[in-house]
Amino acid sequence: MISIRLNEKKNSRQPDEMFPDLPDELFEKLDETQKGENEQIVRPSVSYWRDAWSRFRKDRLAMIGLCFLVVMGIAAIFGPMFSSYTYDGQDLSNGNQPPSAEHWFGTDKFGRDIFVRTLYGARISLLIGFVAAAINMVIGIIYGGISGYFGGRVDMVMMRIVDIMIGIPDLLYIILVMMFLGNSIESILIALCLTSWIGTARIVRSQVVTLKHQEYALAARCIGSSNLRILFKHLIPNSIGPIIVTVTFLVPSAIFSEAFLSFLGIGIQVPIASWGTLVNDAIPTLFTHPYQMLFPALMISFTMFALNFIGDGLRDALDPRLRK
Amino acid sequence: MKLLEVKNLRTTFQIDAGQVQAVRGISFHIDKGETIGIVGESGSGKSVTMLSIMQLLPDNARVEADRLAFDGVDLLKLDAKEMRRIQGNEIGMIFQDPMTSLNPLFTIGDQLMEPIRIHQKVSKAEARKRAIEVLKLVEIPSPESRLNQYPHEFSGGMRQRVMIAIAISCNPKLLIADEPTTALDVTIQAQILDLMRDLKKKFDTSIVLITHDLGVVASMCSRILVMYGGQIVEEGKTREVFYNPKHPYTWGLIRSIPKAREGRKEKLIPIPGSPPDLLAPPKGCPFTARCEHAMKVCAELPPVSVPVSDTHRAACWLMHPKAAKRRPEVTKHGI
Amino acid sequence: MASDGVNLLEVRNLKKYFSVKKGLFGRRENVLKAVDDVSFAIKKGETLGLVGESGCGKTTVGRTILRLYDPTDGEILFNGVQLQSLKQKELLPFRKRMQMIFQDPYASLDPRMTVGEIIGDPLDVHKMYQGKDRADRIKELIELVGLKPDHINRYPHEFSGGQRQRIGIARALAVEPEFIVCDEPISALDVSIQAQVVNMLEELQDKFGLTYLFISHDLSMVRHISHKVGVMYLGNLVEIADVDELYTNMQHPYTKALLSAVPIPDPDLAEQTERIRLQGDVPSPLNPPPGCPFQTRCAFAVSACREAKPELRDIGSGHKVACHLVQ
Repeated sequence: MISIRLNEKKNSRQPDEMFPDLPDELFEKLDETQKGENEQIVRPSVSYWRDAWSRFRKDRLAMIGLCFLVVMGIAAIFGPMFSSYTYDGQDLSNGNQPPSAEHWFGTDKFGRDIFVRTLYGARISLLIGFVAAAINMVIGIIYGGISGYFGGRVDMVMMRIVDIMIGIPDLLYIILVMMFLGNSIESILIALCLTSWIGTARIVRSQVVTLKHQEYALAARCIGSSNLRILFKHLIPNSIGPIIVTVTFLVPSAIFSEAFLSFLGIGIQVPIASWGTLVNDAIPTLFTHPYQMLFPALMISFTMFALNFIGDGLRDALDPRLRK
Repeated sequence: MKLLEVKNLRTTFQIDAGQVQAVRGISFHIDKGETIGIVGESGSGKSVTMLSIMQLLPDNARVEADRLAFDGVDLLKLDAKEMRRIQGNEIGMIFQDPMTSLNPLFTIGDQLMEPIRIHQKVSKAEARKRAIEVLKLVEIPSPESRLNQYPHEFSGGMRQRVMIAIAISCNPKLLIADEPTTALDVTIQAQILDLMRDLKKKFDTSIVLITHDLGVVASMCSRILVMYGGQIVEEGKTREVFYNPKHPYTWGLIRSIPKAREGRKEKLIPIPGSPPDLLAPPKGCPFTARCEHAMKVCAELPPVSVPVSDTHRAACWLMHPKAAKRRPEVTKHGI
Repeated sequence: MASDGVNLLEVRNLKKYFSVKKGLFGRRENVLKAVDDVSFAIKKGETLGLVGESGCGKTTVGRTILRLYDPTDGEILFNGVQLQSLKQKELLPFRKRMQMIFQDPYASLDPRMTVGEIIGDPLDVHKMYQGKDRADRIKELIELVGLKPDHINRYPHEFSGGQRQRIGIARALAVEPEFIVCDEPISALDVSIQAQVVNMLEELQDKFGLTYLFISHDLSMVRHISHKVGVMYLGNLVEIADVDELYTNMQHPYTKALLSAVPIPDPDLAEQTERIRLQGDVPSPLNPPPGCPFQTRCAFAVSACREAKPELRDIGSGHKVACHLVQ
């Protein structure tokens, strides 16, 4: 016997007595306009980016990293204006001073203010890092996209070339380039962009290979889109998540490579300060005046942490599977 | 004897944008040996209902009910361990997609023997014997050799048979089949439905068949529950629901499937619009926005479920005596 | 439905084989005969329904006609013009006249584009409706399929399956095609939404004189919307006839089994109907049986069926059957 939900008059079978008594006008026909939306979309329109940003915001480490980077960027651009010191102003009488109210990071052996030099170093290092990453991204997208989309022999040849390039250690290329092109910022950028795009290319290629079989790619072909249009209008934008994450990790990698090169002495030349040269300069006085190496080294480390946290945060934020 | 008793089940999901009320107060029961069908479309809450009873929902779900009893046992009072004893053992479940419900890394034999060993605590050899028996029951040829094969070596229909085998391996009292044949070809679907009917006759298992296919319920089920917007809008014996439906949604469903009697090409009358978003369920009857008979009361108050006969109920304001003049003619062959 | 009797689309002896490499180093090559000698014609303004179960090749037929796959052999004629050997660039003007609606509403719309951009994409490719006209045309299309203009700036994931399918239809209609391949357009949709989409397709056919190839495994829906129906099995067309003729006077054993397997949404009728039970699974298209593809499951198979593949023969008034046992 089916249980009766409403009132307790169990023996009655007439619907009348099951219903509450209600006023007559309620049984008027409902107007079309009053019915409410039947093609309604209730939830607010959330684009891919806004959705990703709200997820990114929740990752505390990533936000700390972002704040650090922003502060660093502002300091690097505007900081030196507020200081009375310049990066190459020597004051030999004041050499090798420990950190003080005057010189927040102390001075180096030529009496140059390390704090200002560090800020200038930030400009150079961040510039190199981001520009190198941007160039790598463009090359990687084009190379990986074409290889993945066209497949077959094109793909095979392109990937074999890449395999051979990876087989040879990066340092070899970089040193060769630096030897031939000298020690300017441009040559460092060229050197850093020689092989770092390969990682991006591989990621892009694997994304494109997966996505090119999606029905919307087929639909685009059906409409008559050219291959390049499908690749750059449909497939690449849908791979942007993993691409951005890979590129974000390229930045600290470039910064570190430049620092390492400068540390080896084949990077930027004096008097231009990059964090790497600052560390290099501080080697002789490592045990006597450790602060001279400490600050630039810390800057490198913190910046790399920050960028790595941001990269991790972005990877989670941009993963479409996590969208609710 | 009531095998399953559900009173006022409510299930909500917590998401970023708010709370989705997937099931909004439903009550029903299943008797021993019965086959009932739960019919509804996406978002109606039909799958969530059974998953709530089985406690197979993700962490962000909350299940509440006035009463939830299986074979006399109050499910609400069980802890996870006791619930596991019921899952797979007394209640078996068959899911929709045979491609993804079997683990590709393990052999069919392993997956089949697992519930047998867990629930019946027998040796591996015993479990293997039982597994072969069950494979024979679901009409899989050469079961001994197939035990060692992997899911990808089976076709869709075969995989679904394996799913059924796993579900019945411990002789459950209740079998829940959630869209078991939707992903299968029509001739294979017919085979699987025949199999389920045969098994039911042999073992007197109660079956809950969740589907959107009215054709399937017409031939398989003795009773039907029609769900919409997280609620049961109509329930009754199969013939009652098909030949004397009382709810406009049921009318809509019946009118929107082609029946094509000989020589006549009937016009399909679809239900306009789309189901409501249960993030913000409407105040009154959930079907109001799509109902051509909607009255002012429908938008204001949720309708009460009233009996049409001993076995037939519907929740619609059209059944109120004051709505008499709004009721359309309903005959066996059309509305 | 008035039709001038002209064949808009004709397919003759169409074959599409895929090579599948197996074994170590891919040395063993197997051929998957997805479409194995299929011929039919569709008159302007009509709908040909193509039914069959998975692996029968109906989707491949649709895609090969639109040159999304290149045919292995055979001819495709659109309004008398041979399409099978045209280069992709030469096909561009035809892509304006032939379009496709896809099965999966969740995968056939680019998730990163707004609805307006998706519908406008074909307009851009074919350089139609530029400038101010473009926005008007997009608005016109979205209203044509029953959605609202303020949906234009939303993303596909915000819509239900049925709504997305309608967006797909709007996209297909953007360039004013004459012929549309509907590849299982309703399979992924709820029952009441299926009726909406089918009705819309019928209205659009009446309004714009469209010709459809309607591919589906839903026999009831196909009966409702088609003028003519073809049944496929393992890459072969086994029977084709006008719709009423096929459903009331079916001849091929597979057609009979297929139709009897469809569950009837009417309890009394369901009880009365005799069911033909087919045993076993569909054979793999990689390894089709010799002779007639259906002989392994056919209750009436004789030795002739194992020896030779039956030809598609006309048994009267355009009703064609491929079976040795049917005269």
